[in-house]
Amino acid sequence: MEDVNLIKFLAVGAVLFVCGVLCMTTKRNAIGILMGVELVLNGANINLVAFSQYGTLGLDGQVMSLFVIVLAAAEAAVALAIVLSFYNNHRTVDVDQATELSG
Amino acid sequence: MSPEIYQQVGSQLVWLLTAAWLLPLLGFLVEIFGGYWSSRTSKAPAYIAVGCIGSGFVLSLIAVCVWMNATDFVPWKVAEAHDVHATAEADHDDHDHDHDHDHADHKHGEGEEALEHGHADHHESHANKPFEKAFAGTFYRLGKFGSLNITLDWYIDGLTVLMFAMVTLIATCIHVFAIGYMSDELTERYEDHFVHTKDGGHFHRVGRFYRFFAYLSLFCFSMLGLVLAGNIFQVFIFWELVGLCSYLLIGFYVERHSASTAANKAFIMNRVGDFGFLIGLMIIWTWFGVFQFAETNPETIGETGLFQMVRNAEGEIVSHGEGAEKTVVLQARQGMHLQHEGDESTIPYWLLVVAGLGIFAGCVGKSAQFPLQTWLPDAMEGPTPVSALVHSATMVAAGVYLVGRFYPMFTEEVLLVIAYTGCITLFIGATIAVVATDIKKVLAYSTISQLGYMMLALGLGGWLAGLFHLITHAFFKSLMFLCSGSVIHGCHHEQEMTKMGGLYKKMPITCWAMFIGVVAISGLAIPVLTIPGFGAAALSGYHSKDAIVATALSFSGLNPLHSMLFFIPLITAGITAFYMFRMWFMTFFGTPQDQDVYDHAHESPRLMTAPLFVLAFFAAFCAAGGENGPLAQLILSTEPTHVAGGVEAGGIIALNLPSHHQIHEVHSAAGSFALLAALIGTLLAYLLYSLKVVDTNMMKNQGRAIHEFLTEKWMFDELYDWMWVRPVHVVSSWAVAFDKYVLDAFLHFLSRMVVLIAVWDRKFDEVVVDRIVNVFGETTYSMGRSLRAVQTGRIRQYVTFIALSVVSLFILLFVFLPR
Repeated sequence: MEDVNLIKFLAVGAVLFVCGVLCMTTKRNAIGILMGVELVLNGANINLVAFSQYGTLGLDGQVMSLFVIVLAAAEAAVALAIVLSFYNNHRTVDVDQATELSG
Repeated sequence: MSPEIYQQVGSQLVWLLTAAWLLPLLGFLVEIFGGYWSSRTSKAPAYIAVGCIGSGFVLSLIAVCVWMNATDFVPWKVAEAHDVHATAEADHDDHDHDHDHDHADHKHGEGEEALEHGHADHHESHANKPFEKAFAGTFYRLGKFGSLNITLDWYIDGLTVLMFAMVTLIATCIHVFAIGYMSDELTERYEDHFVHTKDGGHFHRVGRFYRFFAYLSLFCFSMLGLVLAGNIFQVFIFWELVGLCSYLLIGFYVERHSASTAANKAFIMNRVGDFGFLIGLMIIWTWFGVFQFAETNPETIGETGLFQMVRNAEGEIVSHGEGAEKTVVLQARQGMHLQHEGDESTIPYWLLVVAGLGIFAGCVGKSAQFPLQTWLPDAMEGPTPVSALVHSATMVAAGVYLVGRFYPMFTEEVLLVIAYTGCITLFIGATIAVVATDIKKVLAYSTISQLGYMMLALGLGGWLAGLFHLITHAFFKSLMFLCSGSVIHGCHHEQEMTKMGGLYKKMPITCWAMFIGVVAISGLAIPVLTIPGFGAAALSGYHSKDAIVATALSFSGLNPLHSMLFFIPLITAGITAFYMFRMWFMTFFGTPQDQDVYDHAHESPRLMTAPLFVLAFFAAFCAAGGENGPLAQLILSTEPTHVAGGVEAGGIIALNLPSHHQIHEVHSAAGSFALLAALIGTLLAYLLYSLKVVDTNMMKNQGRAIHEFLTEKWMFDELYDWMWVRPVHVVSSWAVAFDKYVLDAFLHFLSRMVVLIAVWDRKFDEVVVDRIVNVFGETTYSMGRSLRAVQTGRIRQYVTFIALSVVSLFILLFVFLPR
């Protein structure tokens, strides 16, 4: 386990983050976008935990990640409610159809 | 009189006269408000007015009795012992003269007796002898300014009760007469034949019967208040009230232009006189500090009145110095000099003269004396009862009354001015009356002339003669005015004597009542004949005019320089008889001049003739006994002390005033002169206007210039027009030009400048201020519009932007942030 170090964790986090962002930019399905958000958040969590283990952050990093998880859950609940409402109105979850907020 | 009786009598008199004074005020209030609400055809206001003034007369009569009783008044002076002289002198006039000697002695004794009583009971409190038969006191204090009290007082003496009785009696008669005379006002729709509307018809209005009687009541209240007043300021208050009533009554037919201008004229000319009155009041306030006439109560030793300050117990003015430096020492009640912080209190003599002239100026205005006489003939625009009551018998007599009341304050210089004013007035009035053709105007000018006689008499030291004539004149002049009212009423408001004539057959009662008035004013008597106990067989006017002429004769004997003051009144006595008989003949005799007027003429109803009987009785007999009779004795009992003895070389001008004794010496001569003049005047009038021996129209043409001068009233109106009206017009035209060409031009310039500035200001606002604001708004708006496109609403796009931005931020941080 010698070769397991901070860089590798960060690399995994970065990959997860980029995957999440790409998912958010490319998916037209609202649920897909939510999944991308989860990926981004979890990428950030990995970073926090990694810094907790290898950096000077200590337990703070883990606490922060716990907060992020809680926030993600809350965010998911709100977002799913919006999606449901959107679906009720438009019979679709395609975000490209949602242009009511355009200027 | 002991203090107890004094108090008792005083309170009785005050109650009686105050009630008589306030009743008309009550009547006025009831009439003016009640009349306004009730029917205009109701005669109730007239009955209320008559009731008030009638009960006032009864109360006044009781007051006269109380006063006579309290002062041990002896109404009829019958000679007790004229054995020695009477046998020597056969002429009746000398009998009179003799009686008066006795009478004077008797009075003197009486006075001394009273004086001694006073001394015994109350030390020096009766030292001021002139006022022992007067009652004064205060109703109510209106205000106090420094040491000066402004109060409502009473001052009651023989003159007051007599004036009360005279005013209320005449007023009652005139009120009754007016019920008939004003009856055509008892309507909802009164047609005024003297006011033409534009469409050629006559003016219509509601009847103002109740208002007429309300004004009459207010007038009676004011006049009685004036007579009752106990201080000169209170006199002034009622003076103005009387003037107001006169204004209201002259302008009763306010829609007639002539009436409203006449009312204004009367009011304004009276104000000219009142200006002098105010100056007099100011001097009195400043130098005396009191307005009260006199303090009479023997028990209280309070402030002294004006009369007691100016004259000492003997009625003399105590003065120091000569000429312009002369000062008068003010007296205290007990004959001591009034102390003012150790110094003797004095007033410069010339200021006393000015104060007297000021007060007299007020009397000139009110009594229509020269040069303010022109308002009185114009005042005939009022209804005839008003002319009778206000402008002949009472109000105009108020000026004469005040001169009489204020007599102790007048110095010899003032008296001479009064005498000359009266002399000029009586001549002017009489000459204009000769040519007047309006029946009321003849009487108006005659009033002016007779008032001149009264003023003349007072100015010459004939205190008794002036006030005697005031009373007798009031009776016969009100009688004649009512007769003229009866004629006017009977002839359907025709006043021109040239259209009358022959009315004797139509209205005999009026004719003979008028005859009594005419004989009375002319001073006719049956020569030589004398009735035992009555004196000369003559009507009232003879006695009073006799007294005036006697005073004038004795005065001119003492002061040869002023002998005009005898000759002019004597000639005027003849003129008086002439114009009065002229009026009588023109109205009642000869052939009717205007058949239409004659045919419709009728005698007045009984309601209007009854007052004529009463007044005719008094006009004939009120002065019975002449100067020995009750009327003259009543007046004489209140004569100021200094009058009886006369004055020798008084004042700075060294004027001599005749004493009673000196007047009596010339009485018979003066009486014969006056009678002769009157008889000549009567004869002339009879020849010219009854027998028509000479055609009067021809005479008029012969003396056209004089006739015109007289009909134009001596050009006084023209003179005043030139002196006052036109200068005012010129000055006002200047003022108009100044306004128009200077002030208005300046204002126009200013306003144009303001407009110009405003235009520029607006442009600045539009171009600069608005522009800046608009640019801001427009910029913000366009920016908003352009930023609108960014908000696409596409989530994926947003995310892409955010991601790219974050990446680029990181790159930038890496590149530029120093480590």
